[in-house]
Amino acid sequence: MPKSSAALSFGTGLKLAIFLAVVAFFPAISPNLYMMNIMGFAGIHVLICTGLNLLMGYAGQLSLGHAGFWGLGAYISGVLTAKFGWPPVFGLFASIFGTSLVALIVGFPTLRLRGHYLAMATLGVGIIIHILFVQVDSLTGGPSGLINVPSFSVGSFRIDTPLKNHYFIWGFAALGLVGAMNLANSRVGRALKAINTSEVAAETMGIKTFQYKLMIFVLSGAYAAVSGTLYVHYLNFTAPETFGFMNSVLLLTMVAIGGIGNFWGPILGAMILTFLPEYLRAYEGLEVLLYGLILAAVMMFMPRGLAPILSGIPSYFRNLAGTK
Amino acid sequence: MGELLQFMFSGVMIGSVYGLVAVGFCMVYNATEAINFAQGEFVMLGGMIAAVVFKSWGWPLPMVFAFAVISSLIIGFICEKLTFGFCRDPKVLNLIIITIGLAIAMKGAVMMIWGKFAKDLPAFTGEKPLFILGATLIPQAIWIVLISFAVMLFMRFFLEKTTLGTAMRAAAADKVAASLVGIPVRWASTLSFGIAAGIGAIAGVVLTPVTLTSYDHGTMMGLKGFCAAILGGMGNVYGGFLGGLILGIVEAFAAGWGTSGYRDVVAFLCLILILFVRPSGILGETGRERIAKI
Repeated sequence: MPKSSAALSFGTGLKLAIFLAVVAFFPAISPNLYMMNIMGFAGIHVLICTGLNLLMGYAGQLSLGHAGFWGLGAYISGVLTAKFGWPPVFGLFASIFGTSLVALIVGFPTLRLRGHYLAMATLGVGIIIHILFVQVDSLTGGPSGLINVPSFSVGSFRIDTPLKNHYFIWGFAALGLVGAMNLANSRVGRALKAINTSEVAAETMGIKTFQYKLMIFVLSGAYAAVSGTLYVHYLNFTAPETFGFMNSVLLLTMVAIGGIGNFWGPILGAMILTFLPEYLRAYEGLEVLLYGLILAAVMMFMPRGLAPILSGIPSYFRNLAGTK
Repeated sequence: MGELLQFMFSGVMIGSVYGLVAVGFCMVYNATEAINFAQGEFVMLGGMIAAVVFKSWGWPLPMVFAFAVISSLIIGFICEKLTFGFCRDPKVLNLIIITIGLAIAMKGAVMMIWGKFAKDLPAFTGEKPLFILGATLIPQAIWIVLISFAVMLFMRFFLEKTTLGTAMRAAAADKVAASLVGIPVRWASTLSFGIAAGIGAIAGVVLTPVTLTSYDHGTMMGLKGFCAAILGGMGNVYGGFLGGLILGIVEAFAAGWGTSGYRDVVAFLCLILILFVRPSGILGETGRERIAKI
């Protein structure tokens, strides 16, 4: 790295502050409520993708079942608030605790696997979680979904308007982004990058690779839990379809299109893939085809994702020199 | 007894289709180390082409069969040339995501051209079931098992005994060394993709008379084939087929004795258990850890 990580963090921090300022002003420039609505989903996607990028980009572990953890976060808080009348704040904590616990239990045996095997194991876990949402219908409402989920509230303050939701969701997204930035520039972040480059080399340098991988797996599970909780209280509804295999792929695609291992990757990818379908909707019937072609084309011609290109030519070359 | 046999019949039938898809996975994996997520879509494509051609042109079934397989093979070649061929950084993760994009695009294209409705194809030799020890066996099931088994044996023969197959295996084992002895390595990847597409199409055509086919039929088929390939040992043709059979039988019994809603849970649970106990698969090589560069 030609630049010290502290300086890098300062530059990234400044850009992040500018980005968040633009997001804060978005309600003022948003053309209509519909766009505000989509922006809320973009924030939810940014949060979960940032967590997934920690796992994929920094630790180099592929997960094909992340939508399962996302759904677990959504359903735990959703069921507790809608069926048992818990306050959403407790729902949020229960969801973080429950999802992290499941991630720990799943991660303990699976993270010993590598490459395709890890991908397959996470895929299997994701599909099993998804089927449970459909089958345990006395709790989850089955295939038709969980209804009457209350909006998020803290005491008597209810977050029920699009404007309040915008700041609420993006507040959590900002927290998650700052957390990820700090983590990437810490001892843990450097250890993860070492694991990504070579597990054997990292191990010989005294890095407890398995513990770090497990930690980051649980952490990305916690990101997914918060994101899922925000989702369920934002929509006041949830259905199993949102958390199937194709959405695990979608999350992975968001990170990949933005740029795996790049701090801006998940932000960019999540924003693009949340807004893109809205514009493709005009091409009725053609949207699925276009979506697939765009995905393949980006990976073919810009394998490092879109983020390096947008963050300017100079830093692109710096990154290139840094990772080679 | 009749019940047991009935589960076995349906398990072996669906299992040989999974096995066939797994053989396709093995082909691409052996040549490129990538998991081809479009494999399931070729199963769907083969079935769709056969159903549409049979209905609108009225060709006899064997011709329809051949046409569907050959056209899928050609589409497979073209897809590989257009995607992997232009890929700037052929890392395994990039290739996997490209195949996911390809799968979504194929699904979208089929939905656009032929619509969302399920299509069918008549059984190859009638619908009259056979009764064996209290269990019923449809003639199409026999066709499925025989054709799948024949394709698997042929692929094994092709890879082990022919010059072309040996060249492909060499290209997979060591790209640099293979190109030094004059094997066009790029071309081995194209060939494997095309053959895998053809095998997928065969699976699609034989299965369509039993389960029908529609644009969204491919994804789960691909996942189950992937499961089977890992179960048996990724990259091993016999292993993939055996994995498919085991998966099919386990699923059939889970659906028969439990509730069919949990059928897929049992299948994936078995897979996860196998991964923990023996990650290299049933017939996979042990001792040498496969570290995929994802």
